[in-house]
Amino acid sequence: MNIPDALVTAVMGWAVVFLGIALLVLLVAAAGRIMTAKRPERTLPRPETVPAAPAAPAPRKPEAPGTAGDLMLYDTPDRDAAMIMAIVADELKIPLNELRFISIREVHKK
Amino acid sequence: MDILETLKGLWMESGFMGFFAAGGWKNLIMIAVALVLLYLGIKKKFEPLLLVGIAFGCLLTNLPGAGLYHMELWDEFLNEASPYYHSYGHIMQEGGLIDYLYIGVKAGLYPSLIFIGVGAMTDFGPLIANPKSFFLGAAAQFGVFFAFFGAILLGFNGNEAASIGIIGGADGPTAILTCMLLAPALLGPIAIAAYSYMALIPMIQPPIMRALTTEKERSVKMEQLREVSKTEKIVFPILVAGFVILLLPSTAPLIGCLMFGNLLRETGVTERLSDVAQNALMNIVTLFLGISVGATTVASRFLTLNTLKIVALGLLAFCFSTVGGLLVGKLMYKLSGGKINPLIGAAGVSAVPMAARVAQVEGQKANPGNFLLMHAMGPNVAGVIGSAIAAGFLIKVFGG
Repeated sequence: MNIPDALVTAVMGWAVVFLGIALLVLLVAAAGRIMTAKRPERTLPRPETVPAAPAAPAPRKPEAPGTAGDLMLYDTPDRDAAMIMAIVADELKIPLNELRFISIREVHKK
Repeated sequence: MDILETLKGLWMESGFMGFFAAGGWKNLIMIAVALVLLYLGIKKKFEPLLLVGIAFGCLLTNLPGAGLYHMELWDEFLNEASPYYHSYGHIMQEGGLIDYLYIGVKAGLYPSLIFIGVGAMTDFGPLIANPKSFFLGAAAQFGVFFAFFGAILLGFNGNEAASIGIIGGADGPTAILTCMLLAPALLGPIAIAAYSYMALIPMIQPPIMRALTTEKERSVKMEQLREVSKTEKIVFPILVAGFVILLLPSTAPLIGCLMFGNLLRETGVTERLSDVAQNALMNIVTLFLGISVGATTVASRFLTLNTLKIVALGLLAFCFSTVGGLLVGKLMYKLSGGKINPLIGAAGVSAVPMAARVAQVEGQKANPGNFLLMHAMGPNVAGVIGSAIAAGFLIKVFGG
């Protein structure tokens, strides 16, 4: 194979990879759009359909400033969870109240 | 019975005498190479699952008289003028143990089976969530075509250059399959170069990443990816397999198996098959592939100037693939208004998940709160598809 042919083959090869990938992007994006459009949206119940609150609801504890809400713990004692969160915050050098932990679960090895 | 004659006969027929025969010193060099590869695999943990097998295959094939692998049988197998052209029967009749195992490489069986396992182990979620990262997987195939052109300049023919170039795809099974179909004589050095450089990615990529990106670019935090539904994950392999194989039918063995493995993983009803593909099948095939590829490093074929050229071109291929990914990453950084971290472009060379880990490490060095791993996994798995498309193109052009 001579050098000009090799150059043309190399350029064409890279172009074919890009073209194939570009078409794939369009296909995957379109499929994703169709499927996410079909997915039922998780909507909160409208205020008028919300059942009446109990007569005397327990007052919620005031949340700490910067808190991101409740953390779900699975098989993890509070004390361990607190340690894990403190270690993660320390390792990342990010204040704990700027991190959001959604859940902590103990992984049992099979 | 003449004891002395018997002992002399034993000595003369032993493998040790082979080292004193013409060219026997080359076997000694190859044994030293095998020991170095074993050291790198065992002590330095360079892709040990494959490199240890390749190194041991290299050791066995270069022990004179072992007779486990016969290069001359495979030469006849490939020679159209030979009565044994494409005769597996002749191989089974005359061959040794590794000749039998090598049939799986010759038939393209092992790379495809490994791709089923790779598919079963790969989560395409990050790619589905951000399909634009596909482009980084395409960009990082730059090294493939750069090395292909470089190989032509160095005097290799088209088939050999294509096989050398595919090292830049950083994908072992793809490199082996392409080489097997286009230039089987180069299989040993190409496989060793591909797997060695894949193991060296944490050393090869970071200097290039730092040279081509600014501190500001490296510290970009990317937005969290959207959640991908199970249906999307099931449809993805079907869609990709159908589309890519229709576009480039020569990619069918690789893309077909990759996506089949992924479908097993995602359906949720074939867990046993997915488990076998990820573990038992992958391990068994890796075992056979490693030892039979290693056995092709016969001294008379391996110790040539071409091997050194292949090793050098392989390194160039890896470097330029990283450059291609990073440059398109930088372009996406500009086009997105600074929302995309260009480091994830370097993960477009497949080498899953090593290249994505390197992007994560470099990103975190620039900004300790940076978590690029999931973002880098998108281009990383796109690189697997990209390198399969590049291989398909080269096989189509040069394999006829």
